[in-house]
Amino acid sequence: MAILVDNESRIIVQGITGSEGSFHAEQCLAYGSNIVGGVTPGKGGQSVLEGVPVFNTCYDARQSVQANVSLIFVPAPFAAEAIMEAADAGIELVVCITEGIPVRDMIMVKAYLKNKQTRLIGPNCPGLLTPEQAKVGIMPGFIAKPGRIGVVSKSGTLTYEAVYQIGRVGLGQSTCVGIGGDPIIGTSMLEVLTLFDADPLTDAVVLIGEIGGSMEIEAAEYVQQHGKKPVIGFIAGETAPPGRRMGHAGAIVSGADESAAAKKAIMRSSGIVVVDSPAGIGEAVAQQLQTA
Amino acid sequence: MNIHEYQAKELLKEYKIAIQDGFVVSEVSAADAAITAVQQQFNTQAVVIKAQIHAGGRGKGGGVKFCPDTASAKQAVESILGMNLVTHQTGPDGQLVRQVLVAQALDIQFEYYVAITLDRSTGCPVVMVSTEGGVDIETVAAETPDKITRVVVDPVVGLRAFQARHLAGSLGLSGDVYKQAIAFFIKLYCCYEAADASLIEVNPLVVTDDNQLVALDAKFNFDDNALYRQKTIASQRDTHEEDPSEVEASKHNLNYVKLDGTVGCMVNGAGLAMATMDIIKFEGGEPANFLDVGGGANVETVKQGFSIILSDPNVKAILVNIFGGIVRCDRVANGIVQAVSELNLSVPVVVRLEGTNASVAKTILDKSGVSIISATTLEDAAQKVVQAAS
Repeated sequence: MAILVDNESRIIVQGITGSEGSFHAEQCLAYGSNIVGGVTPGKGGQSVLEGVPVFNTCYDARQSVQANVSLIFVPAPFAAEAIMEAADAGIELVVCITEGIPVRDMIMVKAYLKNKQTRLIGPNCPGLLTPEQAKVGIMPGFIAKPGRIGVVSKSGTLTYEAVYQIGRVGLGQSTCVGIGGDPIIGTSMLEVLTLFDADPLTDAVVLIGEIGGSMEIEAAEYVQQHGKKPVIGFIAGETAPPGRRMGHAGAIVSGADESAAAKKAIMRSSGIVVVDSPAGIGEAVAQQLQTA
Repeated sequence: MNIHEYQAKELLKEYKIAIQDGFVVSEVSAADAAITAVQQQFNTQAVVIKAQIHAGGRGKGGGVKFCPDTASAKQAVESILGMNLVTHQTGPDGQLVRQVLVAQALDIQFEYYVAITLDRSTGCPVVMVSTEGGVDIETVAAETPDKITRVVVDPVVGLRAFQARHLAGSLGLSGDVYKQAIAFFIKLYCCYEAADASLIEVNPLVVTDDNQLVALDAKFNFDDNALYRQKTIASQRDTHEEDPSEVEASKHNLNYVKLDGTVGCMVNGAGLAMATMDIIKFEGGEPANFLDVGGGANVETVKQGFSIILSDPNVKAILVNIFGGIVRCDRVANGIVQAVSELNLSVPVVVRLEGTNASVAKTILDKSGVSIISATTLEDAAQKVVQAAS
């Protein structure tokens, strides 16, 4: 199955009756995702989008439709609560798209999830896409096509750019994972890379990072010590001035090893093929597969 | 968001943390009263006049003056208030000083560094202390990292007394000051948590001649995402301290950061916006800005984006790079057509639209007759805009 989601995933949408939730749930359904329900407190019993049942709680959704994936579009002030509810209901995979969750809330979520079996992707991310099987998020489905390249990225539209370039060189994706650009996120680049490395349907991994944090360094250390597949990387923010926040709350260079140049150097010395131009991602993937 | 030193100290006061106190003055005419008030209230003749700007390095830039008597204090207020203070953090243009803090002068035995911030690797708050107070902490971290003690806080239980003892001990404190420090760390952590701070820096924390632990300076950064529930703090935002074009952009939900180059760029998404800046540089140009028009790009936001980019006189050419996922390229195209015709653009515009409705968008642009340079791939777009700007 690629990783994390496929056509057997039983997906619910928390916040399905809101404008964002409703719009994207419809898009996911149209893509063919197996959306089995939605959750909006107080609106249980209704049915939306031509037959999707709405539940009051994740517990109800878990029990009634055996949901194992939750996609969250709940507004930022309530999103942390929504993640914890899904985890407590035993949902195995929670994908939180919501942007703007306070860091203090995410600190508590992270601590809460330590003793749970739930994996969180995001927040502030475009979600997941396993081409022609499941779209769990907001990525435009038409740019992706089935293939054997795994994509993991901190960014949204830059992921689309990478996916598009992979398509232009005649390749496709096993799964595309947007992990989010916030300072605190549920699943790290390293964890996704490990999943791709173990996935028999993935041949190579594209890793798109940016300035700030040390996630790419962790991933690079893994590649050096345990990596089995070619990894192609790009780090956005070479030209970003230190100390300035560039949109993503996490995209700020606060230490020397968080700059694009430092990350690229470490990645290269770990065996990752790093492209300097963001336009070169697709070609680099094609080249790696030819030489591999 | 940042606040001024005097505001930060007011916040610490609410948590019963001892601070170097004083009064804020925004006009020279109020200086006498403030100086007298500080002298009487704190039983001192000497005062310190401190420029209130957000940037660090105020002392080195001449924005902080020790004044032994009333006359010198008044003179310092007159010279600092209204000065253009240049520090290593303000950039060469400096920052106009609109307020000064008239503060009590303290006799200091020791200076320490204390900070609380987020440790991204653990997702937990971390308290950092160092005996090297009053100096640039980045230098300490780079040259003598063993002089910094770090304690990671479990957010479920907060900063514990045993951790506070460890911190106080690492500073070599003893006796009554040691006890004061333990209480100080715990109160500071409570403040950090309750105020949704992303950084608190007390540099220096001092021990006075009479063995009192006092926050001589304080710097706060707050989590912008939490300002909706921190109304008092949000009301202390000082837009004078921010770039006017960035303030204007934020009113329109645009995320803009001004840079020094000549190639303006308008992009959707932060990652792609940074990557677009990078490829401009890669192709031999210099980006003039970071501008993320976000997921809701429409005619209006695109027009606003153009106005903001063009408010920078250095801009010689503009690159619009939109990868439409949720954003529909046809809407962006309509915005470009309107902006180009209404704003009387005098610089060349290179447009690359890809993704949702890109072909419709191309037709809109072609039919409009407006003068734009059309590009296909990211590389093509970057090459064309760099050439247009040179």
